Amino acid sequence: MINRSLSQQLDDLDKGEYSSVELTQTYLDRIENQQSLNAFVSISTDVLEKAKQADQLRAAGERKPLLGIPLAHKDIFCEAGVRTTAGSKMLNNFISPYDSTVVSLLRNAGALSLGKTNMDEFAMGSSNESSYFGAVKNPWQVDRVPGGSSGGSAAAVAARLCAAATGTDTGGSIRQPAAFCGITGIKPTYGRVSRWGMIAYASSLDQAGPLATTAEDCALLLSAMAGPDEKDSTSSAVQVEDYSKSLSQDLTGKKIGVCVEYMQGLDAEMSRVIEEAIDVLTRLGAEFMDISLPTSPMAIPAYYIIAPAECSANLSRYDGVRFGYRCENPENLEDLYKRSRSESFGQEVKSRIMVGAFALSAGYYDAYYKKAQQIRRLIKNDFLEAFKSVDAILGPTTPGPAFRIGANTDEPQAMYLQDIYTISANLAGLPAISLPAGFIEGLPAGIQLIGNYFDEATLLNLGHQFQAQTEWHKQAPELST
Amino acid sequence: MDVTEEVVRNIAELVQLKVDDADIQQLAEGMQNILALADQMQAIDTEGLEPVSNPLDASQKLRPDAVTEENQRELFQSLAPASESGLYLVPRVVE
Amino acid sequence: MSSEWEVVIGLEIHVQLSTISKIFSGSSATFGAEPNTQASALDLALPGVLPVVNEAVYPKAIAFGLGIGANIGTRSCFDRKNYFYPDLPKGYQITQMDEPIVLGGEVEISLADGTTKTIRVTRAHLEEDAGKSLHEDFHGMTGIDLNRAGTPLLEIVSEPDMRSAEEAVSYAKTIHQLVTYLSVSDGDMSQGSLRCDANVSLRRKGADAYGTRTETKNVNSFRFLEAAINYEIVRQTDVLDSGGKITQETRLYDPDKDETRPMRSKETATDYRYFPEPDLLPVIIDDAFIAKVRDSMPELPAQKRARFHMEMGLTDEDSRVLSSELGLATYFESCVSICGDPVIAANWVKGDLLGGLNRDNIDISHSPVTAQAMAEIIIRIQDGTISGKIAKNVFNAVWEGKTDSVDDYIQSEGLVQVSDSQELEPIVDRIITDNPKQAAQFRSGKTKILGFFVGQVMKETAGKANPKQVNDLFISKLTD
Repeated sequence: MINRSLSQQLDDLDKGEYSSVELTQTYLDRIENQQSLNAFVSISTDVLEKAKQADQLRAAGERKPLLGIPLAHKDIFCEAGVRTTAGSKMLNNFISPYDSTVVSLLRNAGALSLGKTNMDEFAMGSSNESSYFGAVKNPWQVDRVPGGSSGGSAAAVAARLCAAATGTDTGGSIRQPAAFCGITGIKPTYGRVSRWGMIAYASSLDQAGPLATTAEDCALLLSAMAGPDEKDSTSSAVQVEDYSKSLSQDLTGKKIGVCVEYMQGLDAEMSRVIEEAIDVLTRLGAEFMDISLPTSPMAIPAYYIIAPAECSANLSRYDGVRFGYRCENPENLEDLYKRSRSESFGQEVKSRIMVGAFALSAGYYDAYYKKAQQIRRLIKNDFLEAFKSVDAILGPTTPGPAFRIGANTDEPQAMYLQDIYTISANLAGLPAISLPAGFIEGLPAGIQLIGNYFDEATLLNLGHQFQAQTEWHKQAPELST
Repeated sequence: MDVTEEVVRNIAELVQLKVDDADIQQLAEGMQNILALADQMQAIDTEGLEPVSNPLDASQKLRPDAVTEENQRELFQSLAPASESGLYLVPRVVE
Repeated sequence: MSSEWEVVIGLEIHVQLSTISKIFSGSSATFGAEPNTQASALDLALPGVLPVVNEAVYPKAIAFGLGIGANIGTRSCFDRKNYFYPDLPKGYQITQMDEPIVLGGEVEISLADGTTKTIRVTRAHLEEDAGKSLHEDFHGMTGIDLNRAGTPLLEIVSEPDMRSAEEAVSYAKTIHQLVTYLSVSDGDMSQGSLRCDANVSLRRKGADAYGTRTETKNVNSFRFLEAAINYEIVRQTDVLDSGGKITQETRLYDPDKDETRPMRSKETATDYRYFPEPDLLPVIIDDAFIAKVRDSMPELPAQKRARFHMEMGLTDEDSRVLSSELGLATYFESCVSICGDPVIAANWVKGDLLGGLNRDNIDISHSPVTAQAMAEIIIRIQDGTISGKIAKNVFNAVWEGKTDSVDDYIQSEGLVQVSDSQELEPIVDRIITDNPKQAAQFRSGKTKILGFFVGQVMKETAGKANPKQVNDLFISKLTD
C-alpha cells in the first residue's frame, strides 16, 4: 500500500482494499523503523484514533477529498494542542494554541496528521542541516542531504513514510528538496494559500505547498489547501480551480520557454536530464523556444537581502516573554532578551537576522533593501515579458543532485547558489513545480516549470502528462532496515 | 563594504543578540559574504523603479469593526515562561 | 523670561480611536478589562499570526484630516518600526512612515489675550498602541498587560510652531475638542485616550536653525503638559545660560516632583529600521469615500461657535462657552430645539446648569436635569405658568431628584403663577390700602417704592404672583 500514490490510496480505501487504520499503522511502523532518517520531529499520539473515525465515516457513506489519508506536516504549521517547533530550540516546548489554516483545511478535507516533519531552523537553509533536531538524511543515499528547508517532508515522502506532506517555499524550500529526493513538489502563486498559522520567515516570499510522489496527488492537495483567507491580508481572492480536472489536457500547442540564462554553464549531466525532458514534452505536443530573463543573476543577491531583512523583524517576537525558550535567571531585561535568543537560535538564523538588520539600518536601507526590492521589480517585469510568449518556463530545479552532508557548511556561497534556479519564482510570486526527471550518479534530478500567476493548472497538467510518459516518479529508494 | 567589529556589535545590540568575542569574527565574515553578494546589485540601474513589497501588487481588504476574539488568557498563559495574576513577568524595568 | 532665548515647541499627540475592536485584530478595544483578557493570539504575537486592518479607523482618520483642512492619502501604507520592549510583543510596531493617511493641515488656537494663532500640522498617521507595564513589585519583576497592545491610535504631529507652554496647551485642547467633536476619540484623558509628547528646544532670538530638542513623553493631562514644558524651558535655559549643551534625549514628566527626567530605557537612542509592512497591502481610499465622510461630518467647533453667535444671537463669550465641548453644545441645541429661545436657554445652561455640574462634579452626559426637562422649564416661564424665580425652585427639585416631571411638580406644589387680574387686583388694592405712607411716597415721585409693593404681593402669594402683572397693576392703581 505504501507504494500506491495518494490518489490510488483513496481509491483503495473506497474499494475496501485496506482500512485507514491499516494504512496509518503501516506508516507508523515504517517511521519507527526509519528513525535514522530523522525526518520527523514528533509523531501524532491520536492518529490511529482519527483513522478509526475516518474508517467509520467512510463506512457510513461519507466522502471527503482526502478522507482517511495520513499526511505529514512540516513543523512550521501551527497545529492546536501539538508541539510546533519550526526546527528550533526556541520553540522546542511550544504547544500551539491554535490551528494554521493549512492544517485546518486539510483536516476538514478528511486528512489525518501523522506527525510533524523536521526542517531547517525557521525555514532558513537548503539542506536541513540547521535543524535543532539534527540533520535529515536523504533516503537515496544517507550521507547526502535531502535538501531544505522542507527536508523532513521530502525525505518522508521519498522513503514512503507517508504518501504526501506539506512544505513551505521561500527561496526553493519545497522544490529543491523535492528534486533531491526524487519526488514532486509545487510552490503555488504567492497568496494562493493562506499563511495564517504558518510560522513566518520572509513574509513577502513564503508560500505553503504540497509534496507528493505525483503531480496528480499535488493537484488534489492543492485544491484542498488553496483559497482566500480573511485572516491573511496577503491571501488572494482569485477563484480556486479544481486542479484535478485539467490534469489530462492535451499539451498540443503549449508553449514552453527555456531560459537561456539558466542553461548557461549548466552541469553536463543536468543538461542531459533537461534535454531528455524537453524531448518527452515535445513528443506530447509542446513547443519550445528560448526566452531570456536577463535579471536572473541578480536574484540571489536580492533574495539574500530581502529574506533576511523580513526575517530579522519576524523573529523579534522570540524574546522569552510570552512563550518559547527563556534563559535561566535573567539578570535584567536586556539579559533576558539577549540570552533567551542567543542560547536558542542556531548560527544560520543569527547570521540572517544580523544581515537583515544591517540591510535595513540607517544609511544602508537604500543601497541594500530598497535596491533589492527594485531589482525584484525588474525580475517580475522579465517574467511578465516572457509570459507574453510562453505558458511555462522550463529549467533545472538545482545545479546538481544532493550534496554530501557537511559539504557546504563552510562554503556559504556554495550553499546560497543552490537556490539559483528556484529563487526568482519567489521574488516574482509565481507558481513553480519540480518534477523528478532522471538520475545523476544514482541520485535524483529534477526539472522545474515556472508558470504565470495563478496558473498552477498548467504546471500540474504538464507534470501529469510528463509523468504519464515517464517512470521517474515511481522510483523509490532502497531503505536500510 | 567592510563589516567591522563595531558594526557587528551595533547590529547585535539592535537585534538583541549576544555576541561573544569568539563569535565576532565568524559573524563578521558571514555578513561580509552576503553583503559582497548584495553589492553585485549596484551594477544594475534601478532609477525610478517602484520597489516591490507585495508580489501581487494587490490592495488591502478591510475587515468590519467587530469583536471576534474571546478571552483565552488561561490557554495563552499556559505557554508563558513566567506569569502571575494574569500578567506576563519580566525582570524589573526601570523607566 | 527676558533671556535671549526663544522657545520652540512641537507636539506629537497620540489619540486613541473609539473603535469597537483593535486596529489589526478582532479583540475588544475597551478600557479597563482584567489584564490580558483582551489579548488574542495576534495581540500576543504568537508564531504564525497576521494582521488585518479594521475598516473603522479610516472614516475617523479622514474626518480628522478634513477637519484640519489636510490632504487625505488616497494610497496609504503601513511600515514596521523595529525596537525591543516588553509592551511591544512583536518587537516592532506597525505604523505609517512613508505614506500616512493625513498630510498637512492646520489648527487655529485661542490665547488668553484674545488673539488667535495658526499652528500647522505636519501629518497624522495610524498606528497600534503598545501594552502596559506595571512596575508594582512582583518580587523584583515587572508585570506586562497586553490588553492595550493593538488599540488604534492616530498620531498627530505638529510643526514646531508653538512658542510657549500656553500655546502648546491651547493647541492640545483644540485638538482634543476636535477629536471629541468628530467622534474620532472619546477623549477621556484619565483613560489615556489622548497623550502628548512635547518636543522642546531653545534658540537665540532671531536665529533660523533649531536648537537641540528634548522629547517629554506620554503626558496625559493639560495641567501636566503645561508644567512639563515650563520645567523644560527653565532647565534648558539654565543649561544654555551657563554655557552648557542640551543633550538630545527622551524624558518623562514626574507630577509628584514636578520635574522632567531622562528616560532610562535604551529604546530612546535606537535605529528603528523602518520598512514597508509585508503582511499588509496598501489601502486605497477613493474620492467617493472621502466625499461620504465629508458629507457625514458634524459641524466643527469653530463653525458651531459662529452659528451660535450669528444665527442665534448669542454673545461672543456665550458662543464660545457653549460650543467649547460637544456634550454641552448638544445639550444646549437640544434644549433650544424644544423651547425655541436660544437666549434664555443660553442663560440657563451657562448659568444654573453648568453651575450645578461644576459644583457637584458631574459630567453633562449624567446631568440630573436633561435637556428636555430644561426646555420644559423654560417653556413654562415663556408661557407665564411660572415666574423666573419659581423656575429656579423647579430646576433644583428636578436636579435633586424630587420629581421627574416638571409639570407635575408645578401642579402638585401649587407653583402656578397667578396672572389673573381678578385674583391679583384685590390683593394689590389691599396692599395699597394697608400701606398709605408708601402709596403717598410713590405718588410724590418715588417710583422705586414700587419694588416694596411688588415685594409685598410676592410675599403674600409665596412668589406665585406674576411680577410684571403685579407691577403694572400697582402703576395703574397708584397713578389714578
